[in-house]
Amino acid sequence: MGPTEKSPRLLSLTLNGRVRHDAVPDNLLLLDYLREKCGLTGTKQGCDGGECGACTVLVDGRSRLSCITLAAECHDKEVETVEALGASGRMSALQRGFHEKLGSQCGYCTPGMIMASEALLRGNPAPSEDDIRDALGGNICRCTGYVKIIEAVQAAAEELA
Amino acid sequence: MNERQDPKTLKASPAGTPTPLIDGPEKTTGQAQYSADFYSPDTLTGVIYRSPYAHAEITELDVSEANALEGVVAIVTGDDCSQTFGILPIARNEYPMARGRIRYFGEPVAAIAAVDEKTARKALSLIKMTVKELPAYFTLKDAMAPDAILIHDDKAGNIEREVHNEFGDVEDGFEQADLVREATFKCAEICQTHMEPHASLAEWDDERQHLTIRTCTQVPYYVHLMLAHTMEIERNQIRVIKPFVGGGFGTRTETLNFEIIAGLLARAAKGKVALHLNREETFLTSRTRPYTEITMKIGMTKDGKLTATQCHALQLGGAYAGYGIVTILYAGALLQGIYDIPAVKYDGIRVNANVPPSGAMRGHGTVNSRHAFECLLDEMAKELGLDPVEVRRRNLLIAPTETMSGIKITSYGLDECIDKVETESGWKKKAGKLGPGRGIGFACSQYISGAAKPVNWTGEPHAVVNLKLDFDGSITALTGAADIGQGSSTIVAQSVAEVCGLDINKIRVITNDSAITPKDNGSYSSRVTMMVGNATIDAASRLRDMLVVAASEKLDASPQDIEIVNEMFRVSGGQDEGLPFQEVVEAALVDTGTITVKGTFTCPPEFQGGKHRGGAVGSTMGFSYSAQAVEVSVDPDTGQVTVHDVWVAHDCGFAINPLAVEGQIQGSVWMGMGQALSEETRYHKNGMPMFTNMLDYRVPSIIESPPIHTYIVESIDPNGPFGAKEAGECSLSSFIPALVNAVEDATGLRYTELPVTPDRLVEALAKKQHRDKVAAARKASEGATS
Repeated sequence: MGPTEKSPRLLSLTLNGRVRHDAVPDNLLLLDYLREKCGLTGTKQGCDGGECGACTVLVDGRSRLSCITLAAECHDKEVETVEALGASGRMSALQRGFHEKLGSQCGYCTPGMIMASEALLRGNPAPSEDDIRDALGGNICRCTGYVKIIEAVQAAAEELA
Repeated sequence: MNERQDPKTLKASPAGTPTPLIDGPEKTTGQAQYSADFYSPDTLTGVIYRSPYAHAEITELDVSEANALEGVVAIVTGDDCSQTFGILPIARNEYPMARGRIRYFGEPVAAIAAVDEKTARKALSLIKMTVKELPAYFTLKDAMAPDAILIHDDKAGNIEREVHNEFGDVEDGFEQADLVREATFKCAEICQTHMEPHASLAEWDDERQHLTIRTCTQVPYYVHLMLAHTMEIERNQIRVIKPFVGGGFGTRTETLNFEIIAGLLARAAKGKVALHLNREETFLTSRTRPYTEITMKIGMTKDGKLTATQCHALQLGGAYAGYGIVTILYAGALLQGIYDIPAVKYDGIRVNANVPPSGAMRGHGTVNSRHAFECLLDEMAKELGLDPVEVRRRNLLIAPTETMSGIKITSYGLDECIDKVETESGWKKKAGKLGPGRGIGFACSQYISGAAKPVNWTGEPHAVVNLKLDFDGSITALTGAADIGQGSSTIVAQSVAEVCGLDINKIRVITNDSAITPKDNGSYSSRVTMMVGNATIDAASRLRDMLVVAASEKLDASPQDIEIVNEMFRVSGGQDEGLPFQEVVEAALVDTGTITVKGTFTCPPEFQGGKHRGGAVGSTMGFSYSAQAVEVSVDPDTGQVTVHDVWVAHDCGFAINPLAVEGQIQGSVWMGMGQALSEETRYHKNGMPMFTNMLDYRVPSIIESPPIHTYIVESIDPNGPFGAKEAGECSLSSFIPALVNAVEDATGLRYTELPVTPDRLVEALAKKQHRDKVAAARKASEGATS
């Protein structure tokens, strides 16, 4: 950053349950903030902006594409990434579902898939297959053909029921 | 070879049990690190300066202003690398950055390492290049035109490679036929579109003159070789690490230009450079399935027996050789080995053009030929009034046998695949009876279980696996097999656990670090389960033998009387409960300390293909087989094809991990659906790729993806590990013709272009309607006049 540019501003947010304060430039993407500033590389970049869903995170409980969201927009908000889902070192129901049902092969789309599914299950604990398809319509997976992703979400919903 | 085992007795064992991938928890919790995930504040950002011309001579390249920008640490250009690279030692005609001549839009010309991305991008804009533009060719027709200038001086007519072969007497075969038909099929270029964009992290240690690179490859060994070759350093000055890889599907089965550029940049910058390609650049750097035109001719008797086939293939290979000769050979090699055909002739031509070089996409070279064959077979069956499924059944092989091209077929489950799909899909009740507007189609395919002859011939074993057993009672398997999501590490763990009679949790698998793991040729041609699986069994058997000897000495019995049951080593038939594993380990270590064993596997020479030119391509230890039925509906107004159901049966020999086998089959089927319905690359008039994002390049979303009913057929191959063969590519090929045959069943239209997009289909349906109308009118007028 050159000296002529505007100074970064203070961003305060709750990230994965912890309050943080960081100085960030206005144009910093949430994706880059998470990966480079916070070291949370679980959130992936798969495209050049809003095409694939790999970078999906939760902002105030709703799924958002972090690659087309400015970090500054998350001021005073709650951001959750895939790293936050497990508890006490154990996988969450969705993470377990994706693991055990092989909803994840290469794993690159998986964090985004899981976060989009997390948003779905929080609002709709017993989704139909169509509900799952609707919720994941913006998340591309190139390995599975989606069959086992649907099974993974269904397994998680059952475990949580 | 290991002994043939009854799969039923294996079902309770590690091999044969559906097993979640051993590296799954890392992927689902976000802990898995891919090549772009190694961030540290001292890392420099690399960017590539790419050509905005498709074909040009560089007359001047001035990087001085870019170099002077504060924050720029290093710039490399074609002048910094005078060695060509390429997967085939006989056809390396590509520089990592253009030297003199640019041959495709987006080809790297220079690269910059700077303190941050913003500085690097600013420096890009300061590079000045002047060129003399040359005529550029983006189609087969233009590149092959008599007055076209040569893209490579040594390739006359812009023909990169051509191959011709004939087995049996094709002319005689067509004479024996009651029906001979020929048709031409056009198949669009397809891009792998793995989810992880290309990325490398290269670190140059100037003190030691040593490079460490983390990169997203399927073939770390080939990357290692090419880095040494192009950077002109010794192999022992390089360490290649393959972290988690976000898919590959063939793009990453050869060293790619950015990996070499990362190495060159790191050396020039004397530091650490992260080179992350964006999605657009990743599209430009994909070794795609080439645009292909196939003219297929088949002869058939009136009762459906095949008498001969002849295939002519034209591939738009792109600007450089890449896998060229191999791809064009594959398009002919797998015409054999699936059905009993007395005569097969093949002519293949791979053409150079000013588009990015194509390569080895899933089903390498074979997919479009299979598509053409299965569509034409279907058409001819119907013309003869025969059931297309029955026609396929009448032409089956009987294993063991050998193709005319000299490839051994040691197991063959296609008959069972066909029966299964016919029954489960309700074929007999549906075929020809669902329409109009709805239809069902059928097709078969086969694929190899690993190329039996490595492209880089060294004489070494084809796979090596090391096992370490130490005081803690855990076994560490070291392998160079590149797990890119297909689950090869899990196969290694299962195989060790199976042979040593242990729980899979006792096995740790460490992969792909050239400083630690043995060399492996990599993940391509579905070779890993066959070759690495067999090498693992070899290593585990040696380890088991050592443990059994140690146990027998403690139990005062002879080694052949020792059995392992539930991790207890005991005397077979005895009353004593025996020794637990940990005690046996401690006994075995007394004399030797830490145990390391090695297992190897080599495909025997008799499996390495026929003696004819190019005979190694298509050679394998075992063909897998697939049969598939696809049910669709077609909206005649919009041309939209909806896939309702897919039934697929795949003969994988033996499913070591049925969960992963299902995943591979479903993924293949679905990727075939993308090729069939929506995926294609296109180029602007200046050669700029048009669809370099994931909205325009349409891979199917979860919304339109159908249920895939998956059936595993186990023919138990005598040479496969526990009988296993290929699982990850074969079922892609059969989807595409099955879909096109289903569209015919629904509409009566024989469609010969891929993908079957709504705009194309609407137009074709309109033309067909017009043709039908004209024919009906003619018939009516003939009736009136007679």
